[in-house]
Amino acid sequence: MSGSHVHTMYRHGTTPLDRTAPQVKIVAAFGFVIAVVLTPRTALWAFAVYAAMVVVGMLVARLSPAFVLRRAVVLAPFLIVALLFPIVGSGERIDVLGMSLSVDGLWDLWNVVAKAGLGFFTAVILAATTEVTDLLRGLEALHMPRIVTSIIGFAVRYLDIVAADFARMRVALASRGYRGRSIRAWGTYARTIGAMFVRTYERGERVYLAMLSRVYTGSMPAVGVIAVSRAQWVFAAVSVGTAAGVMIVARGVV
Amino acid sequence: MSTPVIDIRGLGFAYPDGTTALADVDLHIHRGERVALLGPNGAGKTTLILHMNGIHLAQTGTVSVSGLPVEHDHLIDIRRRVGIVFQDPDDQLFMPTVREDVAFGPSNLGLEGAELDERVAAALASVEVTDLADRAPNHLSFGQKRRVSIAGVMAMKPEILILDEPTSNLDPASRADLTSVLDSLDVTRLIVTHDLLYALEVCDRAVILDGGRIVADGPTRDVLGDSELLAEHRLGLPAGLTIDRLDLP
Repeated sequence: MSGSHVHTMYRHGTTPLDRTAPQVKIVAAFGFVIAVVLTPRTALWAFAVYAAMVVVGMLVARLSPAFVLRRAVVLAPFLIVALLFPIVGSGERIDVLGMSLSVDGLWDLWNVVAKAGLGFFTAVILAATTEVTDLLRGLEALHMPRIVTSIIGFAVRYLDIVAADFARMRVALASRGYRGRSIRAWGTYARTIGAMFVRTYERGERVYLAMLSRVYTGSMPAVGVIAVSRAQWVFAAVSVGTAAGVMIVARGVV
Repeated sequence: MSTPVIDIRGLGFAYPDGTTALADVDLHIHRGERVALLGPNGAGKTTLILHMNGIHLAQTGTVSVSGLPVEHDHLIDIRRRVGIVFQDPDDQLFMPTVREDVAFGPSNLGLEGAELDERVAAALASVEVTDLADRAPNHLSFGQKRRVSIAGVMAMKPEILILDEPTSNLDPASRADLTSVLDSLDVTRLIVTHDLLYALEVCDRAVILDGGRIVADGPTRDVLGDSELLAEHRLGLPAGLTIDRLDLP
């Protein structure tokens, strides 16, 4: 039951970033990404500063380029769609390698690549240095409603189990000679997903019974909140402050 | 005689579709007893144990736990006294870490701070899983999950520990570990199983439930020694084994 995609984002480490409290990292990452998103796409120098900050983050967290790039595969669908912008874009066009491309479309492509890329790499640093349970603690420390952190906790806890159930059902289908290659296979998959839904619902009921048996009365207990030193908040303030400063200057200059 | 921990008289229960699950069940379990509840699939074993902690309420007859009737007004107290370890540990371990999961029951009872920490530490130590405290439940082996489930229930200091099919899916080594852990716990026990050898190993008394009725209740060796009775209720020792041929402590 190991090897879940939920946890493969994390790697065990002891760097200063690993030791930083989760709520601080969440605030720093979120503030940084907001600054990036609000930066005008033509302020190239600003993106260079952001990229440098991300690289410093990766160096501090000792993340290898291979580790980060392997996870960047999730960006592929967005990039493929963005690649169409210069082709289908309107307005002024220029020739690049014999293709007529829209200038506005090229800026749109750059905008998506730069902002999605920086956001993604920031998320990778956060996820690689923070266990899921600590992320929940961090969110709770930031006063995220407990019902929301509980739902996230349950989702993380049971995603593995549902995925393993689905994998077993696929093995069972294949073991009875099923080969899901044609469009007719979709019906079988639809029924499998239906069965999964019923099983998951039943499991939900059993979990609820087990909760009642341990005197659950409607509110989840608090998860322990990790203490934060002043220095850690200074780190968050400097990171977000730098990014916000760059963004403000970029917006003023452009 | 002392007040039984579990006192069930004339219990009857039917599901909403009219299926009779339990009929006229009488069962008394006294402090310190180690009882096996045996029966084929669909006998009503799980339905019966869910009456003991008030998940189901009696439709006819009465259920009391240490003299306290299992009624809506007493559910919190009843559920503290009756600890159920469910068959699939994944249904029971839902908190992000082992420590938080074991703390779930006691914190619902209002414990907090040092008192809660002590309770959790003692429960973890009682089933020898202290070193797993900060692990996520989905990263544990099946045997470890089973023990952590027991810790989660023991943390509520129950008067009776009920285990539903505790040996299912356990390899022989984990099964032996479970036996020694259970032996070390000082608590009244009801073990629901169709693993007859296990019942013989860990319980002095055996009760057979079939078709929602109790059909046998006596010393485990006597009940399991009656091969006709076992066959009649779709139970039996592994082929070729009889109780006389087993070399048990």
